[in-house]
Amino acid sequence: MAEGGPLGLLVFATIFVLIGVLAFSIRLFSVIKYESIIHEFDPYFNYRVTQYLTKAGIYEFWNWFDDRTWYPLGRVIGGTVYPGLTLTAGTMWWVAQAINIPLSVETVCVFTAPVFSAFASWATFLLTKEVKGTGAGLTAAVLLAMVPSYISRSVAGSYDNEAVAIFALVLTFYLYVKTLNTGSLFYATLNSLAYFYMTCSWGGYTFIINLIPIHVLLCLVTGRYSSRLYIAFAPLVVLGTLLAALVPVVGFNAVMTSEHFAAFLVFVILHVVALERYIRRTLDEATYRMAFTVVVAIGTTGAVVLVGILIALVAASPTKGWSGRSLSLLDPTYASKYIPIIASVSEHQPPTWPSYFMDINILAFLAPAGIIACFRPLTDSSTFIILYMITSVYFSGVMVRLMLVLAPAACIVGGIALSAAFETLTRSIKYAPTAPPALLLPAEKEEASSSGATPGSSAATSSKEKAKEASTGKARETGKEKPAKRKQRKEKEATDKLIAGKEAPEEKLALLPVEASAVGIVLLIMLTSFYVVHCVWAAAEAYSAPSIVLTSRTEDGVHVFDDFREAYAWLNHNTHEDDKVASWWDYGYQTTAMANRTVIVDNNTWNNTHIATVGMAMSSPEKAAWDIYRSLDVKYVFVVFGGLVGYPSDDINKFLWMVRIGGGVFPHIKEPDYLRDGQYRIDSQATQTMLNSLMYKLSYYRFAEATMDGKGYDRVRRTEIGKKQFRLTHFEEVFTSHHWMVRIYKLKEQKNKVRGKIKRKSKASKSKASSTTKRSASKGRSQK
Amino acid sequence: MFELRLNRPSSVQFSGAMASTAKDAQDLFSAMRSAYSKTPTRLKIIDVYVIYGLITALIQVVYMAMVGTFPFNAFLSGVLSCIGTSVLGVCLRIQVNPENKEFKDLSPERAFADFVLCNLVLHLVIMNFLG
Repeated sequence: MAEGGPLGLLVFATIFVLIGVLAFSIRLFSVIKYESIIHEFDPYFNYRVTQYLTKAGIYEFWNWFDDRTWYPLGRVIGGTVYPGLTLTAGTMWWVAQAINIPLSVETVCVFTAPVFSAFASWATFLLTKEVKGTGAGLTAAVLLAMVPSYISRSVAGSYDNEAVAIFALVLTFYLYVKTLNTGSLFYATLNSLAYFYMTCSWGGYTFIINLIPIHVLLCLVTGRYSSRLYIAFAPLVVLGTLLAALVPVVGFNAVMTSEHFAAFLVFVILHVVALERYIRRTLDEATYRMAFTVVVAIGTTGAVVLVGILIALVAASPTKGWSGRSLSLLDPTYASKYIPIIASVSEHQPPTWPSYFMDINILAFLAPAGIIACFRPLTDSSTFIILYMITSVYFSGVMVRLMLVLAPAACIVGGIALSAAFETLTRSIKYAPTAPPALLLPAEKEEASSSGATPGSSAATSSKEKAKEASTGKARETGKEKPAKRKQRKEKEATDKLIAGKEAPEEKLALLPVEASAVGIVLLIMLTSFYVVHCVWAAAEAYSAPSIVLTSRTEDGVHVFDDFREAYAWLNHNTHEDDKVASWWDYGYQTTAMANRTVIVDNNTWNNTHIATVGMAMSSPEKAAWDIYRSLDVKYVFVVFGGLVGYPSDDINKFLWMVRIGGGVFPHIKEPDYLRDGQYRIDSQATQTMLNSLMYKLSYYRFAEATMDGKGYDRVRRTEIGKKQFRLTHFEEVFTSHHWMVRIYKLKEQKNKVRGKIKRKSKASKSKASSTTKRSASKGRSQK
Repeated sequence: MFELRLNRPSSVQFSGAMASTAKDAQDLFSAMRSAYSKTPTRLKIIDVYVIYGLITALIQVVYMAMVGTFPFNAFLSGVLSCIGTSVLGVCLRIQVNPENKEFKDLSPERAFADFVLCNLVLHLVIMNFLG
């Protein structure tokens, strides 16, 4: 960037700052359209944890045992949560308080994600600059600031781990590539610290600790071993393992699970190669060859023994040492066969083809071009980028949630491709020779013509620059004045200033005709403007919904469905603080955070049996469900019902997972009992088990009376319900929200049962008396 | 190494092979020693430091094999600190070695400062993890 002189530096700095501002502002649509609230489900848990951290301090937070969830088991928050996000937000809040800016914890939590996405764009710039240069860096940063896949997980209000983790991921990769390029131990230390931050923040840190060893192995295999590679990798393994073991969630898994073995294996291989190189350097050829045979013989036997031990240890564990989530990544069918909970999460489904275009847009076809550009020339850092791209494409194909890991890779290679294309086209215009095009092809003639024209070249270049200005002027008139296009032009000028610094070697490269280059530039600018339009649309329309407040457009305007918060507020104000609330696990975090009540299961889903118990209760008839809930001390049960307004993500649609998960643990719940012709139905064709299940009853109690024609038409399932008039014997309805989306029921007291028992007891004593009299009579008779 | 000497008569092969490999090993040793003695003293000091670290790690592993792994975090931090300091010593040696053309514009003082910084971070972590 220094080649452009002070003006180039100013342009660069402006673009750099504007990229950060863009990344921050594009994520504010949710605050503008709705309000500044926390979205979805998981962020509510993080928000609650951050509240606790800010109130109680770090020592309490580190040792916190939460008894308000997973009743009666509780949850060790300190040991099972990734603390990076909460500690980051807590630090920001504390700093703001310390300098007397009164931000509430909620505000800090809502805006953490946009702030860190600005940092992530800057980190992407740094990483791409290490691989290809400043122009590619700025392009990649602009692409990442806007890419919809990243926006979807980091809008203002989406207070989830990925908000901070993507920044940590890109930063770690940047520091690794920087160490690889410079061989400086200082950057290696920073790399380990950035990896520590990543481990604190997200479970996806295993991606880093597996990708870097694969890259090192690739370098070793392709003969790219250098001492810089050793400095980049060996300290990272040792320091990284120690730092990862410091995080309580990871703990000893850092050395015991298969996710980390790749790093240790490559560590050993790297040392073997390093030793071999050293010996080859110190010895002469003949002795080296002899030493080689000796070492190979001893080494292979030792290695075989070690590998045998390792295989025996790993094979002894049933999952071969991998965790369930990692196994489901390696074998996409694993989760659906063995762990239905992992299979049921919607984020864990494979993505559809259109979602690639929705989430990374033009990068989907720029990426292959970028991969090819990485091959010319092929350096250590560009092999790393290629490897990152390929692995993230594979993993994004397994789980839709991992499209997020693909986003930075796609932006980097897309940025490289775009920047290379721009560079070629602008160079063609700038250095278009005055001679006719036929002289362009032979390289020596071109040299002669350029050297011959050096006295007049300054005049020629100035005229060519005027032609370039004309073409950019054309572009200005044809397109709209969008800030992105202004940026593209500025970035092009920056690259031109870069090119100006190295005129002589560029002359030897082939040039395209001027008109084709001009048209090409215009088309590229149009392409990127389509990308900008799509990203802004995706941010505004598709990814800004808080999902706890729903809206719909009617003729009178926008209609707001705020049922969830209404129900949680009701629970908060109308129930006792120690009452236990049961629902399906999706709503656990929101219930503890907003209603402040103890729940039975929540989104952490760490205990499959407990969730299966709730699933079994929801699938059982009323009496059995009452017994189960009674054994868990539950006072209130709520269901989410969308049939009145047409909300499709309600509990009846999730019912199949309740049956499957419950049936997975309790064999008397059999899925075919609930199916008619292989489908879950709630109309007149539904099975008796379905119509008697608690979920059906709690959802459709009094539903037929509530609908206007009395027929009970369910707008989501698009049929009339099967059983329309029924009474609840063991539950009573205490609250139904405005649009019937949340329905809260209370368990009826046990004294009904006791009264019944007394009645039966008296009946039994009466019958006993009658039977004794009968017996005596018969005795009398027999005795006769 | 026995398989490679296929062109000798079989009966004398074994003892002959043993003798020749013993001689080879001796030649190898002396060649290594003579080549190694040419390295500068400061690199030899770093090498001694590295080997000391590795031997300490080995002693700790043997001790762990004798008395069991509890407390595991103490064992991990001990072994990894030894291996870590050895690795960092090797990194320092790479950077300070005058034969390495890649690092000729890196002053040895800067290399040592980086080495100290990385060791500082490593030992902070170790002390925290030691429990």
